Amino acid sequence: MSRLQNKFNELQSGNKKGLVIYLTAGIPNADGTLEAVKAAVDNGADVIELGIPFSDPMADGPVIQAASYEAIQKGMTLKKVLELVREIRKFTQVPILGMGYINVMLNYGFEKLAVDAKTAGLDGFIIPDVPHEESGDMKKVCKEQGLHLVEFVTPGTTDQRISETCTTADGFIYCVSVNGVTGVRKIDYSPINKVIEHVKKQTDIPCAVGFGIGSPEAAVDAAQRADAVIVGSAVVRLVMENKLDEAGKLIGDIRHALDKKVN
Amino acid sequence: MSKGRFGKYGGQYVPEIVMPVLTELEAAYEKYKNDLEFLAELRKYYVEYAGRPTLLYYAEKLTKHYGGAKIFLKREDLLHTGAHKINNALGQVLLAKRMGKNRVIAETGAGQHGVATATVAALFGMECKVFMGAVDMERQKLNVFRMKLLGAEVVPVTTGTSTLKDATSEAIRYWAAHIEDAHYIIGSAVGPHPYPTMVRDFQSVIGKEIREQIKEEAGGRLDYLIACVGGGSNAIGTFYEFRNDESVKKFGVEAAGRGPAVGDNAQTLSNPESRPGVLHGAYSYLAQDEDGQVIEVYSISAGLDYPGVGPEHAMFHEEGIVKYVGINDKEAIDAFQLLCREEGIIPAVESSHALAYLEKLMPNTKKDEVVVVTLSGRGDKDVQQVAKVLGEEI
Repeated sequence: MSRLQNKFNELQSGNKKGLVIYLTAGIPNADGTLEAVKAAVDNGADVIELGIPFSDPMADGPVIQAASYEAIQKGMTLKKVLELVREIRKFTQVPILGMGYINVMLNYGFEKLAVDAKTAGLDGFIIPDVPHEESGDMKKVCKEQGLHLVEFVTPGTTDQRISETCTTADGFIYCVSVNGVTGVRKIDYSPINKVIEHVKKQTDIPCAVGFGIGSPEAAVDAAQRADAVIVGSAVVRLVMENKLDEAGKLIGDIRHALDKKVN
Repeated sequence: MSKGRFGKYGGQYVPEIVMPVLTELEAAYEKYKNDLEFLAELRKYYVEYAGRPTLLYYAEKLTKHYGGAKIFLKREDLLHTGAHKINNALGQVLLAKRMGKNRVIAETGAGQHGVATATVAALFGMECKVFMGAVDMERQKLNVFRMKLLGAEVVPVTTGTSTLKDATSEAIRYWAAHIEDAHYIIGSAVGPHPYPTMVRDFQSVIGKEIREQIKEEAGGRLDYLIACVGGGSNAIGTFYEFRNDESVKKFGVEAAGRGPAVGDNAQTLSNPESRPGVLHGAYSYLAQDEDGQVIEVYSISAGLDYPGVGPEHAMFHEEGIVKYVGINDKEAIDAFQLLCREEGIIPAVESSHALAYLEKLMPNTKKDEVVVVTLSGRGDKDVQQVAKVLGEEI
C-alpha cells in the first residue's frame, strides 16, 4: 500500500479529515520550500501537493500564477523539483504529489519522469490540464511505477463522466469546489457536495475538496461531505511574503478546526 | 478516447471545469455545421455584412516586377474590419446565439480578432469582453479604442509576459468561471478540440472561393499557394481546400523576426529548435525553453508573435503537405513597401510576410504558372509602426 493510501486509511480509522497543503516549489526559494514543507507537516498537513512551476498555468488564479512565475525566474525546474523531493524524504514520509502542467512533464519525457519521480520519493501527480480523455497513456505509465495520477470532478461534471472517473480514479478524487480557478473566496459548497455524494455511491476512493479554501471556517465548511480539504493560495501567499510562521499558524488553525469539528 | 486529433496533434488538454462546455460546443457545432438554415444565415452575413466573396485580384504590375508566374492576391483585406478574422467571428457568434449564450469573450494580440469579435457582438447585441496583454494594449492603442467604440470591455492582462499567450490563458480562466452564459470566440485555429476544426471550417471559405475564382481567372490552373502563419487561421483556411492537391505547392510563412536566436522570432514549425508540446489545450509545435517553459516570441507583426501554432499545421508540416518557411522583419517591410508602390495596396504586416516569400519563390517559377497569395488583412493599422521602422515621423 502506498504512503498516500496508508495516510487516508489512518485518517479514516481515526475519524479525521485530511488536510492537503499546496506549496509552489522554489517559493520563496529552494531551501525555503523545504522549510515550508517542514512547517506544513509540523502543523498537521497530511499530504503535500508540490507545485511544479509552469509559464502558463491555465487553472490557477493570481496568487499561484505569481508564485509560479517567480519560481521560474528564480531558476526552479522539474529536475530541481525532484531534487527537492529527495531532500524532503530525508526528514519526512508525508505523501507528496507533484502538481504541474503537462507540457513541462512531456518535455522531460513522461516515462523517464515517472521513473525518476518514484526514485526521488514522489507518490504521484496532479495534472490539471489533463482531463480523463487524455490521461490514458499517463495512467499506464504511473501504474507501472506505483504512482498515483489524481483525477478531477467539478460541479459541472456530468453523471456519466463521474462514473467514468470513479472507475479509473486513483489515490483520491480532486473535487473542484467551483467553476473557475484557484484562489481564496467565499464558496457555496452545496453543488460539489452533491457531486461528492454521487461519487461516494460508486467508489470508496477518498474525495478531497479544493479551490477557494483559505481559512479554518472555510475548511470546516468544505469538509462536510469530503474526506479532505486542499489549501493552496492562502498558504502560498504567506510563504511568498516570507511569513513562514504565519503560514504554519494558518495550517495549524485549519488542522485544529477540522479535528474539533469532527470529534 | 482523445478527440480532435490531426495525426498525433490536437486533443483537449484543458481543466476538467472546461470539459462540459467543450462537449456542449462540440455537440452544437456537429449539429449546425451541416444545418442548411445555419449555413444560409452565415452565408447571408458573409455576403451582406462582411463583403464576401472577396476578390481574387490579378496583380499585373507585381507579376511584371518578378517576371515569373502570374500572381493573384486573395483580397481578405477588403473584408469588413479589414481582415479574415471576421469569417470566424461571424461563424462563432451565430453558433453562440444558437447555444443560448448572451455574451462572448475573446483574446487578442494585435487587436484584429478583438475588433472582429467586438464587431459581431455589437451586431448581435451581445456583451463582449476582450482580454489583451497590457504590453499589447500599449502597442495597439488605436485598436483598443476601436473595441471600446464598438461597446466591448477590454480587460488588461498583466500576468506572465503580458502578451497574447497570457491573454489567451486569462480568457480561458475567465471562461472556466462563466461557462454557463459565455462563449469563448478563440481567434485562431488553435486551442482544444473542437476549436481548431471549427475555426478551420469557418475560414476554409477562403480556399473554396480561390478554387472557384481561379477557374475563371486562370482556367483552373494553380501551382503555388502562399499564406502567413501565426496561429494559422488564414493559412489553414487557404490550404485546407487544396490539402489533397499535390500539384499545388503550399507555403506557410512564419515570422523569422530579427534572427534565429530563441526569442528573436516566432517560427514554431520552420525553426529546427522548436518541438511539440501542449499550450492552451492542444498538442502541437511550440516555442519553449529546455525546461518546457513557453517562451515569449518576437515578430514585428503583433499578429504573428504567438508561441504556438494550430495542430493541423503541425500535421501538415510533418506529412509534408505544406512547407513552412521563415521571413524576417526586414524582408516583410520591403514586401510591404513593394505592394504599396506596385499595386496601390497597403497590406497588413502579417500578410507582408506571405508577400515577401515571392522574392524567394518567383525566380524558380515559369510564366505559365499561377501563384495565389492570401492577403489576410489590410495595413492601415500598421502604418504608424512602419513609419517608425523607416525613420519617418508622423
